[in-house]
Amino acid sequence: MSTYIAAIDQGTTSSRCIVFDHGGAIVSVAQKEHRQIFPKPGWVEHDAEEIWANVLDVVHGALQKASLTVHDLAAVGITNQRETTLVWDKATGKPVHNAIVWQDTRTDQLVKELGEQNRFREKCGLPLATYFSGPKVRWLLDHVDGLRERGERGEVLFGTMDTWLIWKLTGRHVTDVTNASRTMLMNLETLDWDDELVDAIGVPKAMLPEIRSSAEVYGTATGTLEGVPVASALGDQQAALFGQTCYSPGEGKCTYGTGSFLLVNTGDKPVVSENGLLTTVGYKIGDQPAAYALEGAIAVTGALVQWFRDKMGLIGSAPEIETLARSVEDNGGAYFVPAFSGLFAPHWRSDARGIIAGLTGYIDKGHIARAVLEATAWQTREVVDAMNADSGVELVALKVDGGMTANNLLMGFLSDVLDVPVVRPIVAETTCLGAAYAAGLAVGYWSDTETLRENWHKAAEWLPTMDAKTRDKGYRKWKKAVERTVGWIDEDDNDE
Amino acid sequence: MPGPIQSIERAAAVLRLLASGARRMGVAELARALELPKPTVHGILRTLQLVGFVEQSPDTGKYQLGAALFHIGSSYLDGNELRTRALNWSDSLASRSMESVRIGTLHENQVLVVHHVFRPDNSRQVLEVGALLPSHASALGKVLLADDPVGLSLADDEPLKAYTPATITDLDALSDTLEQVRQRGWASDVEELVDGEVSLAAPIRDRRAVTVGAVGISGPVERLCDEKKQPRTDLVSYVREAARSISRELGAIPW
Repeated sequence: MSTYIAAIDQGTTSSRCIVFDHGGAIVSVAQKEHRQIFPKPGWVEHDAEEIWANVLDVVHGALQKASLTVHDLAAVGITNQRETTLVWDKATGKPVHNAIVWQDTRTDQLVKELGEQNRFREKCGLPLATYFSGPKVRWLLDHVDGLRERGERGEVLFGTMDTWLIWKLTGRHVTDVTNASRTMLMNLETLDWDDELVDAIGVPKAMLPEIRSSAEVYGTATGTLEGVPVASALGDQQAALFGQTCYSPGEGKCTYGTGSFLLVNTGDKPVVSENGLLTTVGYKIGDQPAAYALEGAIAVTGALVQWFRDKMGLIGSAPEIETLARSVEDNGGAYFVPAFSGLFAPHWRSDARGIIAGLTGYIDKGHIARAVLEATAWQTREVVDAMNADSGVELVALKVDGGMTANNLLMGFLSDVLDVPVVRPIVAETTCLGAAYAAGLAVGYWSDTETLRENWHKAAEWLPTMDAKTRDKGYRKWKKAVERTVGWIDEDDNDE
Repeated sequence: MPGPIQSIERAAAVLRLLASGARRMGVAELARALELPKPTVHGILRTLQLVGFVEQSPDTGKYQLGAALFHIGSSYLDGNELRTRALNWSDSLASRSMESVRIGTLHENQVLVVHHVFRPDNSRQVLEVGALLPSHASALGKVLLADDPVGLSLADDEPLKAYTPATITDLDALSDTLEQVRQRGWASDVEELVDGEVSLAAPIRDRRAVTVGAVGISGPVERLCDEKKQPRTDLVSYVREAARSISRELGAIPW
């Protein structure tokens, strides 16, 4: 077969395009970073026009590298950074403001005013937090002149990055269920905008996109991708779940990137968490029922390695942390809790800040490098414990993906602290793969999910070797370190 | 601590100058640029030439940086970095060839496995990262030796060990094989390390075209060779394509 599937991954720091063949193997990759705009402490924005230009560039680049043309593509799928919020003018297509990125905490006060943390959890599966899109749109409506009136008249449109790209590619104003499930505006049962939520958060319904499934032809692209069906959209973590072929209840994965996200498929019913996890839509293929998922979101994992590289300057590149960490036998008693912007799952404490605990004169940079890597593993352990408690089923193996899986020391340690095998599939780029799979299913390039399962193969496996005593002691120390991060922020810390 | 050693500082200045331009330089030119007497510069150049850090053109008598210097520089590519940059392409190679993939670098004249991708059949396999392979009896090793300016000379310190009847143990024969590897751009080991096992490999190069590693597949002779016991050409081309993709990732000029 001479046709391929392209996936666009519009991520937090860069946009990528990967072309896959029928066996799910990578044919070519192109990537381009975009600017991170920091107008004030805690504020993070993206220029949506720049992102759109980069997306066109990487699509073009990926095709060119493999000497392909648009005619070689059976479909294009989209996966994206979730929750990042944009409003643009329907007539001119110009954004009315930079996109507000998921990490942005400007809605802190607004979120407090909206009420108790679990006020909407029953309906939308999410706690009230700055993280989600709904409060971000509300902020724009409150702060951009005349925007609310224009929103009510339907002259401006809201969208997450999937919606922006699909609108630019096809002219249709749609989003998929997985992205919509991160807005706090969608009802998890009806999979439609919920009047009570929309009213409470204060967003005019006229500016909301139509919610569609994750895998269907939304339209045909014009321009660079002229004639190619745009056939999938999934939030990045849901795309990774799909790419890891977690199609049965109980199957899950953890993706290690800037942050890390453990998602477990819970089948066709949403499960409300009692242990700080999020309830979200996993995916919905065309007319089939939606699959739901529980999600454990960890804000800072790979970002801590980047911080160690860029702010501490102790390593020249992220992979070198493994070399430095291997220069010592253990962490020397040091624990690093990277609560840089508070703690996400399972704690959800916005008043926490990072610490390095257990420092003595013995500690050198190698021990800190170990503590940096171990922080990712211990944070995963906390989320896995919450997942086990919510689902009542013990995890038997962890499927992993993302850039950090190239770190053998970390993966081995992860297996040790979880006391289960850690398994990496043959395509570490499961985010793009998931979007490609969904698009391929929508156009009949792949016949069904069973075919996709056959493409899943184990590329590496790490088995636990740590004795229970060492593990329990390490976890106890980690928990003590976490306790010491909370309550750091005082009321007057937020004053300008 | 004693102060800086003047002659080493001067040698470093010579190397820096030679590295600064694409052009070769003569003794007089270097002496002028460094404001040093010609005999001093000549002495430094002779010593650097002896250890292989500079080379003198037989035609013009001018000097340029030597291959041994590149080799030293190249060993600074961190093995963990190489694995990270190679991840996508080693995965693709395993998918396409349906065999296990290894990436190796030269470590004290042996091959250090820095990355291992399982054969994609979901069978039970053990991660072999950190294992050492004999360089003369593996495809990865032959690729690395072929492009290593000092590798084979070090090999005469001890006799080449025979692992199977097919292992190359004669230095001259190995030298011929390495020449062939250089010519065609890939290496094979046909039952030279383990009876019934075959490996194929190609070089990974960085932006200076220095070989910094090798990527290859291994598996049973029935799957990797044709009926004449020659490596299957389709598999050779998958290996070479993967090596090219990784090299491109490292900034090598596409070729």
